[in-house]
Amino acid sequence: MNYEDMEFFAPGHRACAGCAAPIIVKWALKIAGPKTIVVNATGCLEVFSTPYPHTSWRLPWIHTAFENAAATASGIDAALKAIGKRDDINIIVFGGDGGTSDIGFQSLSGMAERGHNILYIMYDNEAYMNTGIQRSSSTPFGAWTSTTQVGPSKPLGKEEFKKPIADIMAAHRIPYVATANPAFLPDFKAKIQKALSIKGPKFIHTISSCTTGWRHDPSKTIEIMRLATETGIFPLWEIENGDFSKIRITYMPKQRKPVEEYLKPQGRFRHLFNEPEKIKEIQRMVDEWWARFEVKS
Amino acid sequence: MPMMMLRGNESTAYAAKLARVKVIPAYPITPSTLFPEKVSELIANGEMEAEFLPVESEHSALSAAIGAAATGVRAMTATASQGLALMHEVLFIASGMRMPIVMAIGNRALSAPVNIWADQQDTIAERDSGWIQFYAETNQEALDLTLIAFKVAENENVLLPAMMGMDAFVLTHTMEPVNVPDQKDVDEYLGEKKINYPVLDPEKPATFGAFVFPEHYMDIRYSQYIAMEHAKSVIDDAFKEFEKKFGRRYSKVSGFMTDDAEVILVTMGSITGTARETVRKLRERGEKVGLVKITVYRPFPKEELVSITRNAKVVAVVDRNVSPGFGGAIFTELVASYNKEKRKPRILDFIMGLGGRDVKIENYEQVYDIAKKAKRGKFKEINWIDVDEEAVKEVEGSI
Amino acid sequence: MKISRGATITEPGSTALEETGSWRTFRPVIRYEKCIRCMICWNFCPEPAIEKKEGENYPVANPKLIKMPVPVINYNFCKGCGICVNECPTKAIDFVREEK
Repeated sequence: MNYEDMEFFAPGHRACAGCAAPIIVKWALKIAGPKTIVVNATGCLEVFSTPYPHTSWRLPWIHTAFENAAATASGIDAALKAIGKRDDINIIVFGGDGGTSDIGFQSLSGMAERGHNILYIMYDNEAYMNTGIQRSSSTPFGAWTSTTQVGPSKPLGKEEFKKPIADIMAAHRIPYVATANPAFLPDFKAKIQKALSIKGPKFIHTISSCTTGWRHDPSKTIEIMRLATETGIFPLWEIENGDFSKIRITYMPKQRKPVEEYLKPQGRFRHLFNEPEKIKEIQRMVDEWWARFEVKS
Repeated sequence: MPMMMLRGNESTAYAAKLARVKVIPAYPITPSTLFPEKVSELIANGEMEAEFLPVESEHSALSAAIGAAATGVRAMTATASQGLALMHEVLFIASGMRMPIVMAIGNRALSAPVNIWADQQDTIAERDSGWIQFYAETNQEALDLTLIAFKVAENENVLLPAMMGMDAFVLTHTMEPVNVPDQKDVDEYLGEKKINYPVLDPEKPATFGAFVFPEHYMDIRYSQYIAMEHAKSVIDDAFKEFEKKFGRRYSKVSGFMTDDAEVILVTMGSITGTARETVRKLRERGEKVGLVKITVYRPFPKEELVSITRNAKVVAVVDRNVSPGFGGAIFTELVASYNKEKRKPRILDFIMGLGGRDVKIENYEQVYDIAKKAKRGKFKEINWIDVDEEAVKEVEGSI
Repeated sequence: MKISRGATITEPGSTALEETGSWRTFRPVIRYEKCIRCMICWNFCPEPAIEKKEGENYPVANPKLIKMPVPVINYNFCKGCGICVNECPTKAIDFVREEK
């Protein structure tokens, strides 16, 4: 059955104009269809979609706390098994980067290790946006956030690198791990579809622009996410059963654009343009990642 | 009804089996580890049909239990001490979401300093979490009260989670003869789990754990408070029905030789047995002393406690917990329970048995002596029993 | 006022009762004569405030497309983010300031 023309996520939610999270959610649910239970970690999505007594969710949905979405989902998986309903119901978890890479990492790792039949989707807006743009382990190198302030003593913003959460999940040797980008919608949809067709724990790391925290015009959400992949900063790939040697690049940019094109339109990187060597460092890191996939001419 | 020699943790595991619990997420912690071990064994032997989830933390254990309960199945877990403390956040979520989960606790001291022995600080620290709290004196009680906990938690006028505490090692690890009820009787007592609340079901989508504004939050909290008030009579009914079915009698508070007692001891948990012995012994010497045991601590049996202690001259509360800056929890609440009364006995608090320190007959005799003297004149409100005052003076300067 | 036990909500999709159109400062307006009905705007609308409708009664850029569905903006929900304006491949969506 194709449910693409159905909306399982209702309008009237309180997401900022131009937020990418609802785009991710609506497409994941259109692919999953009505026989789906959604679990949500605390975060923007949870808050803006359930302003009591109303809800945007047209599917069963549960939120318990910040760090335990994967554990809550594990209990649902077990309960469905116990009542013999496990085969025909999808369980999808949505967690932000904080609820996934940071505070929720333990329960996520546990869920993966125990082999629960759950698709975990991390929508990565690269900081704690719900509480006001504080840095997370998923904030990229060089980004301003409200806790990586930029000033004469700290010209760089975040000084550490982004935690490679999808790699870490692949290292759990779970059946399916992918990175995804809603700006590349056919690829995004195919990955959700594929993940849901596989039994066991699945993890999809999707980029999710935050117009407020990334400091860009709301109309540029898709454009900037597209640039993330076209510059090679957010590559699209998938790994099955933790076999890194068989990583599949699902979108190969013909000619990677310079990273400046991604960084420039975002206010969170504005200060970097006073530190050109830092931009070069970012470019060098991106080039290094791609070196194994690109044939040198 | 076969008699079996069971440890407390096995009693609660058998209760889980008899209640036909469907999902059991648990994480090992002394002294409750034997519970998941026994569950795992019962499942492996084909004696029990349930999904056992060996989760990676207590926080996840209770979170998974919520997920299971929200899906409409009976869920149970077990923990103690630090594990319960780690669950703190999730405890409030389970009760706030009105999930009728049952949890067995091996009552143990909280760190620091780290200590694995009997103490009720862990559950007392969670008294405000919105969970019903039962406390067992014996392993028989541990089994029975766990079954009763399901009966109460799932009642449609309650729908609140319940914890059942049993003292570390003294109960959790000590073999006692336990009458294990027949499955048929338990099935009749508990019935099939009724889905009397919305569940996670794609046929009837509902949203659980929404974001609630000041406009509604307080009213939802009030409704939860009222549910706990409703639990009072539901517990009484569940006890009555249990007695009818299984012949064993329970009440929120139970008295021993209280009728003409001038001094009444109040205890909770396994230390009650020694208190009973002491009372018997003192009675032989002609002392007018009695004992009250608390079996249900939340909802607090205010009226029952007042009515059973009101004619005493002195009530000596034994607290196996302490709130630094005031005193023991049972003492505090018993004093508050007398708020509406014109006359009240003198109420004294005795902090005893923390971190597994033995509570012996001689300790209770000392309690009695202090209490008896307090009938007239000055008295000390909070009394630590069996502590080395000199050693404490040495490090703290003065007491 | 009505509350529910445990704050459970049993009216799925009910935020649709709470309109967000007043958030808008700019209004996207589809010029159907330029619209090639690719539905990219529908794909990317975060509300979603763009609905897929039967297209036969709408102006059309190319008569061959007349049987295709068209995107129709629901201004009760459109917050005016402008993603549709930015992503439209034929620049068929104008972005005009709201007159209050």
